[in-house]
Amino acid sequence: MSITSSPVGEIHAEGCTITDLHKSYGSVEVLKGINLKVEPGQVVCLIGPSGSGKSTLLRCVNLLEQPNSGTITVAGYKATDPDVEVNRLRRHVGMVFQSFNLFPHLTVVDNCTISQRRVLKRDTAAAQKIALDRLDQVGLASFADRYPDQLSGGQQQRVAIARALSMDPSLMLFDEPTSALDPETVGDVLQVMRKLAEAGMTMVVVTHEMEFARQVADRVVFMDGGVVVEEGPAKDVIGNPQEQRTKDFLFRVLHPGQPS
Amino acid sequence: MALSVRQRQRTSQGIQYGILIVAVLVAVIFADWKTIYLKFFNPDVIAAQFPEIITTALFNTIIYTALGFVLALSLGILLALMKISSVAPYRWIATGYIELFRGLPALIVFLAFGYAVPYAFGIRMDTYVTVMLALGIVESAYIAETLRAGLQAVPKGQFEAARSLGMSHSRAMITIVIPQAFRIILPPLTNEIILMTKDSSLIYILGLTAAQYELTKFGREAISNPEAGLTPLVVAGVCYLIITIPLGMLARRFESRTAKIKK
Repeated sequence: MSITSSPVGEIHAEGCTITDLHKSYGSVEVLKGINLKVEPGQVVCLIGPSGSGKSTLLRCVNLLEQPNSGTITVAGYKATDPDVEVNRLRRHVGMVFQSFNLFPHLTVVDNCTISQRRVLKRDTAAAQKIALDRLDQVGLASFADRYPDQLSGGQQQRVAIARALSMDPSLMLFDEPTSALDPETVGDVLQVMRKLAEAGMTMVVVTHEMEFARQVADRVVFMDGGVVVEEGPAKDVIGNPQEQRTKDFLFRVLHPGQPS
Repeated sequence: MALSVRQRQRTSQGIQYGILIVAVLVAVIFADWKTIYLKFFNPDVIAAQFPEIITTALFNTIIYTALGFVLALSLGILLALMKISSVAPYRWIATGYIELFRGLPALIVFLAFGYAVPYAFGIRMDTYVTVMLALGIVESAYIAETLRAGLQAVPKGQFEAARSLGMSHSRAMITIVIPQAFRIILPPLTNEIILMTKDSSLIYILGLTAAQYELTKFGREAISNPEAGLTPLVVAGVCYLIITIPLGMLARRFESRTAKIKK
């Protein structure tokens, strides 16, 4: 594949501040007071065992989940304010899902224009131009007229990234973007994300790709049981973890199948 | 003698074909072909049906069905959305409506709109309005249930992706969820249009002028002449098939087109 080296369009990166965030499903507390600060342009990777609350935390940031208490400020919006204009907030926060969630009844380019036209009220020509530019950034401009089902998983995920970028977000959330992919297509998606990070996008990434986290993340946050156990520069948390729980987790991830 | 599985299957199939052939032969040998020809396929009677059976009866059947379908689809979408709403009273109203009109025989609903409602409110309703209301209201209950299942079959991630791109709840439903739901329910929806085409015959219980006759009523009027035999009903039956078979073919073509996109 060829990912063109053209720079990502103007990025107005914004940060995100989370303080004392709690979230419960019924009597089960999934997030038990999370504090997290993401500076504009920073890449933060959330790692941890499944069920540790990483995805829930991510989904609270753009209010796909409603937190019970605590505050989130994202892209200048106070997300936890009951009067927040949630549809406006979400324009600035792009989200990429584990299962891509491309719209199967629309072509690739229409996937990238539909929200520009319906939400941002851009005219069709302008929306198309932006969509094709973003598709070019992920190396898929020549697939514009295909339908999602005609693409491989990795290609679909790259389209999903282009779709989110078409809205000119200030911050991008990635919820295990490579977990549903065939191993040979993971690299293309990670390369697109790496380029986006280099271009200065604020990114919060839930991932099991330790190599990606080590190389791309400014900070790595290890979560377990609904709390932040350890956080810091990527090379410290992954290369030289201090907490026993972090060490156990990393050993299991980096040496699968071996007795710990 | 031990037969292999395949031999047993072949023998069993052979016996089934044999029975079918014998049954057809018996029917052909014992049927009174001359009477059948005169009573059911009499060319003079067939010719006498034209052109009114097309210009009035077939035309009216299509109009009644189309009017009913427009109402049924609009109400059906509304009811389906109410049924999956987070607002409990909406769900109760939709459930009550669906249970009521799905449970009542269509004939009773036709009588209600033909006689009971006009008497109760002291109004006179045009026949086309009556048919539209009766057919539309009965069918909307079925379409609502079908569509609800279709809406729930669209993966939740579709709605979440649409919302995360800044779409409002209703925008996400209209642009992303409902179009996909319609693709899913196309086969059962086709069935419902076909059932509706046939249910439009129930207006025979209302007082109709000759210009309002649809296929069944037209056929029944024609057979009141003893000379005509049952030929008019055969012609009417063929006319129904002229509507319903192309509908089925159209739906299959649309289905295979969506399937091809997916390949």
